[in-house]
Amino acid sequence: MKAIVHVGLKPGVLDPQGKAVADTLGRLGFDEVGSARIGKVIELDLTGDLDAAAAEARVREMCETLLANTVIESYRIELQA
Amino acid sequence: MKSAVIVFPGSNCDRDAAVALETMTGQAPAMIWHKDASLPDGLDLVVVPGGFSYGDYLRCGAMAGNSPIIEPLKAHATRGGYVLGICNGFQILCETGLLPGALMRNASLHFVCKPQALRPDSANSAFTSAYAGTSEVSIPIAHHDGNYFADKATLDALEGGGRVAFRYVDNPNGSARNIAGILSENGRVLGMMPHPERAIGGHEGGADGRGVFESLLGAD
Repeated sequence: MKAIVHVGLKPGVLDPQGKAVADTLGRLGFDEVGSARIGKVIELDLTGDLDAAAAEARVREMCETLLANTVIESYRIELQA
Repeated sequence: MKSAVIVFPGSNCDRDAAVALETMTGQAPAMIWHKDASLPDGLDLVVVPGGFSYGDYLRCGAMAGNSPIIEPLKAHATRGGYVLGICNGFQILCETGLLPGALMRNASLHFVCKPQALRPDSANSAFTSAYAGTSEVSIPIAHHDGNYFADKATLDALEGGGRVAFRYVDNPNGSARNIAGILSENGRVLGMMPHPERAIGGHEGGADGRGVFESLLGAD
């Protein structure tokens, strides 16, 4: 099973990189871009016989322990068979 | 004063810290590799030095904050030992939860490296008592991720509890409420982005960082 973890800054936390990207896109003529947020994608290959619920619980624990800093970041977990 | 410096892969201010500690306390610190499972007995102070532990992979301080040495470091802090986290050390202490909040990318997106004017904000702490009556000091900064963030309740608690140790004069990185360094609730842990170990006199110029060590030498 594969787990895809999306980590990004929480809404309201300033993302200067996202702002720089949005500004540059605007300068390049992509006027429809109102704002941009930059995040990370972490792909985990999970071994063993975990069912989806157990896998999600384990990955959530990984997020809380290491993968995200929940003071500033939120995360979303996507499981692929 | 018996001290130790924790060394991570990618630390680069560990030797600066060691020179400063030996100069200021008269005793060379123990250099402790981050994979060690314990700290030496009877330590008064542990310094978590600056640098780029684990190449800042994932987030600054994220990997180091989960190193084997962190549990003994927490035990040291819990029993009232002093901990000084400088720059990357401050980021690591926030990751471990020993200090609240987080350090984010500088609002300017630029790495900032310069002498920085600071205002000692809480001159009655074990780390800052020597700055009593001093309105401004100059201590070098050198970081890309020094933008201190915490929610409003945490910031209010830090300010209300006299736990802001230093504030920036002319905020260089976007830090909330100009915060450059904060203390733990029991006042035994200080995290700060500026480098006092680089300002103890000598060839690097400036001696305003000595106060941090002089304060500790005068503390219980």
